[in-house]
Amino acid sequence: MLAKRIIPCLDVKDGRTVKGVNFVDLRDAGDPVELAWQYSRQGADELVFLDIAATQENRKTTLDLVKAVAQQINIPFTIGGGINAVKDAELLLNAGADKVSINSAAVRNPELIDELAKAFGKQFVVVAVDTRASDGQNFVYLSGGNIKTTIETENWVLEAQERGAGEILLTSMDYDGTKAGFDNVLLKKINDSLQIPLIASGGAGKQQDFVDVFQQANVDAALAASVFHYGEILIPELKETLQREGIAIRS
Amino acid sequence: MIGIINYGAGNIFSLTAALKRVGVAYGLVNELSDFELYDRFIIPGVGHAGTAIQRLHNSGFVDKIKQTKKPVLGICVGMQLLSIYSEEGDVDLLGLMPLKTLHFEKRIKEKVPHMGWNTVCIKNSHPIFKDVPDKSYFYFVHSYFLEQSDLYTVASCQYGLEFSAAIGKDNFVAVQFHPEKSGVLGESLLHNFAHWQYGEELV
Repeated sequence: MLAKRIIPCLDVKDGRTVKGVNFVDLRDAGDPVELAWQYSRQGADELVFLDIAATQENRKTTLDLVKAVAQQINIPFTIGGGINAVKDAELLLNAGADKVSINSAAVRNPELIDELAKAFGKQFVVVAVDTRASDGQNFVYLSGGNIKTTIETENWVLEAQERGAGEILLTSMDYDGTKAGFDNVLLKKINDSLQIPLIASGGAGKQQDFVDVFQQANVDAALAASVFHYGEILIPELKETLQREGIAIRS
Repeated sequence: MIGIINYGAGNIFSLTAALKRVGVAYGLVNELSDFELYDRFIIPGVGHAGTAIQRLHNSGFVDKIKQTKKPVLGICVGMQLLSIYSEEGDVDLLGLMPLKTLHFEKRIKEKVPHMGWNTVCIKNSHPIFKDVPDKSYFYFVHSYFLEQSDLYTVASCQYGLEFSAAIGKDNFVAVQFHPEKSGVLGESLLHNFAHWQYGEELV
């Protein structure tokens, strides 16, 4: 049976891991390769690295990081940040990344999804979407949640799927950093509308939150950062809990 | 030493990194004469099966692959290439196994691609699964699958339907999942392939 995936997310800046609470107030949580290795040993199913300050100047640092991860880690990983064109993705692919995640660039230039899917296959393309609720509607936000668009989240994920996204990574900005649980209602709605896998992100605070997101929203994967980085949730214990709840998990 | 068939079908960085981690020597097969340098081969492959078979034909390696008696491991699209036909691109493939490669879409109600860790049931024992427990998890990413076969399926996987997770025939063996991304068990499988003495288990 296909297992639900647990994905630690490592925000990186200049080759170091950082995690912001609500995307501000960054704290250094260590060496990304070391952290990645720890997570793979603990039973993480996949890893996501977000290069939160990606620029042309630090591109080489990121590529070196991707290469080091690919050399040392035996589980799949995704890299996001600073991917604006097919050539950016190609460098990451050749450095050993399994998937790339595109966010604002895809909203600004939706054709990028088609181009990446055509060049490397759907399975290589994760479209990350930051969403926030306003007046009963859900809107896509850009640039780490700073810029509101008029695009409705429900429509955008379907367009992304249509254009060739292999997976959607949905972050609820209203829940991110709150540790109050995932946005299960929205995630269920989005998950039910999609034919491609959905990764839930934003709001994980305790083990039960993962149980709830899998049982209530039936998403394919759940992503979190700080609760893992600061050891508030240990992956082996989390997986035991999920298994006890009857959720298919890789043990 | 393993020769990786280098026909331009995708990235092999992850595969070579995994071989390094398990301490297995490898090189690249870039031209026909390189086939003499190695005692076994891996056919990698990601992306579109139609594109992959076209590139393999362009490489001029097809006859050599079909004729070799050395162990060959196909991975992912490299597995699909061993089948007779793929619905992806509606193309004829190498035909080393009398099985077809079919699209998940319209055959199952589950999401496509089949992406993530799934359990693999061993149907016919094979040296590459030595010390790999039945129902172990491996990492899959694919939208097309090889049919199940009593004769050739080494291991099967369930995703809306039952398909071949691994196939074997003579010196050819192949896996749909990515051993290079499947944790320590994936590494064991690569190690096993590197040490498979084809023919010995028949004695």
